[in-house]
Amino acid sequence: MRRAALLALLSHWRRRPLQFLLLVTGLALATALWTAVQALNSEARSAYARASAQTRPLELPQITAEAGYIPIEAYARLAREGWRLSPVIEGRWRSPAGTVQLLGIDPLTHPPLAAAAERQEGQDRLPGLLSERGLLVAPPGLAAALSSAPMGPEIAVSAELPPGTVLTDIATADRLLNRNGALSRLVVLPGQPDTLPALRRIWPGLALNAAGSSTGPEALTASFHLNLTAFGLLSFAVGLFIVHGTVSLAAEQRRGLFRTLRAMGLPQRSLSALLLGELLVMALAGGGTGILLGYLTAQVLLPGVSATLAGLFSAPAGNSLSLRADWILAGLGMALGGTLLAGSQALWQVWRLPVLAAPGALAWARASAGSARRLAAAGLAAALAGAAALLPGGLAGGFAFLGGLLLGTALCLPLALHLATRLAARRAHSPLAQWFWADLRAQLPGLSLALMALLLSLATSIGVSTMAGSFRLTFTAWLDQRLAADLYITARNDAQAQEIRLWLEQRGAAVLPIRSTESPFRGAPLEIYGVADHQNYRENWPVLTAAQDAWDRVAAGQGVLISEQFARRHSLTTGKMLSPLPETSYRIEGIYSDYGNPKGQIILGITELDRLFPALPATRVAVYASAATPQPLDGALREAFSLPGSAMIRQSGLKERALAVFDRTFLITRALSLLTLAVAGFAILTSLLGQWDRRLPQLAPLWALGVSRGKLARLDLLRSLALTSLTSLLALPLGLALAWVLLKVINPEAFGWSLPMHMFPKGWMQLFILAHLAAALAAAIPAIRLFRLPASHLLGVFAHEN
Amino acid sequence: MRTRFRALITFLILAWPATAAAQGYAGLGSTAEGFALPERGTALQFPRDHSPHPDFRIEWWYLTANLKDEDGDPMGIQWTLFRSALRPGDTEGWASPQIWMGHAAVTTATRHTSAERLARGGTGAAGVTPAPFSARIGDWHMTSPDTALQNLFLEASGDHFSYSLQLAAQTPLILQGDRGYSVKYRDGQASYYYSQPGYRATGTVTLDGKETSVTGKAWLDREWSSQPLSPDQTGWDWFSLRFDTGEKLMGFVLRGPREGFTSGSLIASDGSTTPLPPGSFTALPQAYSPSGDVPVAWQVQVPDHGIDVTVRALNPDAWMQHSFTYWEGPVTVHGNRTGSGYLEMTGYR
Repeated sequence: MRRAALLALLSHWRRRPLQFLLLVTGLALATALWTAVQALNSEARSAYARASAQTRPLELPQITAEAGYIPIEAYARLAREGWRLSPVIEGRWRSPAGTVQLLGIDPLTHPPLAAAAERQEGQDRLPGLLSERGLLVAPPGLAAALSSAPMGPEIAVSAELPPGTVLTDIATADRLLNRNGALSRLVVLPGQPDTLPALRRIWPGLALNAAGSSTGPEALTASFHLNLTAFGLLSFAVGLFIVHGTVSLAAEQRRGLFRTLRAMGLPQRSLSALLLGELLVMALAGGGTGILLGYLTAQVLLPGVSATLAGLFSAPAGNSLSLRADWILAGLGMALGGTLLAGSQALWQVWRLPVLAAPGALAWARASAGSARRLAAAGLAAALAGAAALLPGGLAGGFAFLGGLLLGTALCLPLALHLATRLAARRAHSPLAQWFWADLRAQLPGLSLALMALLLSLATSIGVSTMAGSFRLTFTAWLDQRLAADLYITARNDAQAQEIRLWLEQRGAAVLPIRSTESPFRGAPLEIYGVADHQNYRENWPVLTAAQDAWDRVAAGQGVLISEQFARRHSLTTGKMLSPLPETSYRIEGIYSDYGNPKGQIILGITELDRLFPALPATRVAVYASAATPQPLDGALREAFSLPGSAMIRQSGLKERALAVFDRTFLITRALSLLTLAVAGFAILTSLLGQWDRRLPQLAPLWALGVSRGKLARLDLLRSLALTSLTSLLALPLGLALAWVLLKVINPEAFGWSLPMHMFPKGWMQLFILAHLAAALAAAIPAIRLFRLPASHLLGVFAHEN
Repeated sequence: MRTRFRALITFLILAWPATAAAQGYAGLGSTAEGFALPERGTALQFPRDHSPHPDFRIEWWYLTANLKDEDGDPMGIQWTLFRSALRPGDTEGWASPQIWMGHAAVTTATRHTSAERLARGGTGAAGVTPAPFSARIGDWHMTSPDTALQNLFLEASGDHFSYSLQLAAQTPLILQGDRGYSVKYRDGQASYYYSQPGYRATGTVTLDGKETSVTGKAWLDREWSSQPLSPDQTGWDWFSLRFDTGEKLMGFVLRGPREGFTSGSLIASDGSTTPLPPGSFTALPQAYSPSGDVPVAWQVQVPDHGIDVTVRALNPDAWMQHSFTYWEGPVTVHGNRTGSGYLEMTGYR
């Protein structure tokens, strides 16, 4: 019996291979996007973990200074009091091969690091590391770039180091980073004495950080990965709409079959079990295909993601994707769980199916205006719950709000469409028009899920593109302010920088020095810049808020300007005092925007910076040309000082580079939002095809009344476009709300900067055209089928009528 | 990986004589790398020479004590600070080429436990200052209220032990070899070497959580050089023995492919010292440890002075297994003299 029942159930798919294909494809698409995002995140996480394992003994606690470096005297005092520690000096080093992360350890006491202990050509690294000349151990690509530059320390290669990291002895790091002995952190070694004097009693301002707490790439990139995950989840939800639509449809279509099987004596339990089994097999098939597709998608997206992570966060990320059990299993689990969720309604109906129910009482009819109201009420509740999640704040709260808003509005869509079509019907005068709107309203319940998917994807696209567009506009304007100089020069040494300055000043150009260093502040890196007192800064620097005479006080070494994200992170406002380094205290004179920088940044007067860090290299200068300056300036300089091309960067080149990094960052988001739109278009196609069988009895009378098949097909196409238009109209405000949340809630939480919102009507139009194209494409297949339908089929409708 | 680090440090501290001697020019005053070399006839000056000599490649402050606990059971402690220079000279900060290593141990007949500390020079975490005298690495220290090392205060601790000792010198300082110039081989390798063999010690030792008061005798060795060993020398056996007659004997065998090079000095109870010319001190292994790799009983003879004794390890398993491995432990003396002392053996593992 069971076998026969199974064959009968499966025969449905044999007769409707397209429907089967839709179900599996819908599931595959949903799983694919989710899996792709998870695979990318997993790859990045494993790259961070590898990097951490290679450079940081994470299993050991660390001591850091709350207000900057750990003085060498503090280390000595701790050691004499019995603390067993290994000192570390690390920071960003402007190497001849670009800026790299320099990690200086004491190889005698540091917990074993493979890169330090390896042998090269039978030689131990230790003597080289401890030698006077020093040894820099770098990953393969970087080592080659470093060794091509003439410089002091020897170079060794180690594949055991993450990209962009150079390992060396603490003395070499001290020299290259101009630290004067001050330490970045102290590794607390295992086997401490039982009774140790408290840290704060030995040296105030030191903090013991538990093992595993890190300010490594994980902390900086968490927001980026959360963004990706949110997107993956959204795509998955959209994909599930397809699954839900197809499964419900198949259940409806087989209602007669179920009834027959039950009447023939198949227990309800067996029927449900068979249907559940069928669903699970499809979930596995769709999920498996989805994982494969996801893997391929991730492989395509990976270089972009890696470039973003490297460019924006200096985070290490590989360029090859490996199959990992975590995201494969998570993908399959999501596919199974999602399918069950999407099919639960259909299964529940089968479970409650009365044996003698009338076959014609289609469930589609249940989605009347009443149920649309109920849905809308649920939607309102979801939106309110989301808004409540916003109150405690935080990134997760922001995303919960977004989720509530999107889901809530989607649930309100059927009611909104219902009302809109009723309004339109009232204004319709011709009988055909009245029929059109009435028919459209009647079709709404069957299409509403697909339309919800469309709404979500459209709103997301609008929201994301508005956010990215607003950001880009602000960023471009900010670049113009920030990069006001015509040329940025890096001289070979301080003396040459001085010569260049004189040469340029004789030719009417203004030359301003650029000096910076990096210091830890409350466990996170802080960039400290010194600026000259010059009109160019006063006029151009992108200051958000500033006290009066801010620049005067900065120039006098009494005040400091801080970046927006630094201010947000530490709840700092103009007028408060800040001690960025031990024994320093400055009044915060203003806050400026510093987009795209994951690190905190502050600006001091250059004389103050020189006082604090007397040994900083003075090789970089910014040149502001005047009418008297020879043009092109870089050509003239190259001739006069035989400077290599890489030593001079024109303002335009720098801007191009910055914008390229920026665009790459949003490439992934845009790609994902377009893919989501494709999935939604596919959902519409599924729904329309699903309705096909039941359309004929509704269209046949019109045909009989003299409306040609061609006109009916056009009307069907128009129906799809009308629904898309209505949905788009609702998607616009939702998308803008989404953009607002992204700009004003998510961005400040995730990156530390808030952005003004700009409108992009042209982009919306493009998106709407794309959506209508997708809808037209989805409606075209059934419309063409209708157009080509033999008259006998339409006539047959009347023949089959009882 | 740990093993590799050990090997590396061994290179720094112990294996260097091979390169040093190969590159060095004995008698010319400095090695190829610019390290100073000991010269015969240089008068040692105190308290100056209690302090580090950063122009020499290696140096140590080496204290051993034979003690008895409250029950009268014998016990030994070691407190050593090694200095090893990567380059001659010193500077403040991380650029200092000086590396410091501390070894401390407690040994009884049944227990031997030890610890090591490493630190870079120039940072204040380790080093030696002359006035008042202080030698320290981390929280281990050997300090003196005076500059002549008359009285010493000593502390160290490890995972299973800690000790705190007060030492008072009963005899004057002893200059080893030729007025402190100690020849280490017939090729002329030498070191500066002086000792204070006559400390009376009191204090407390905590071993495996159990504290006990101790009393006994202690011996301080001070030595610095840049190339004391010849490349073909494989290790040494070094004895510091305290006889119940009041005499003290320091003697060593530098083992090599040819017959070992021996030297030493005999210190009378009044403190007068007789250098022992090469060959007059002999030490022959008589029994080996259960593992078979190191002698734990020796026949020690100085025929010219009628000394013929058997020196036996209190605990055969007194291995110091840290950055480099050597054997260091208390010994008992029997034969035509009785007494106690310390034995150090290197190059067996």
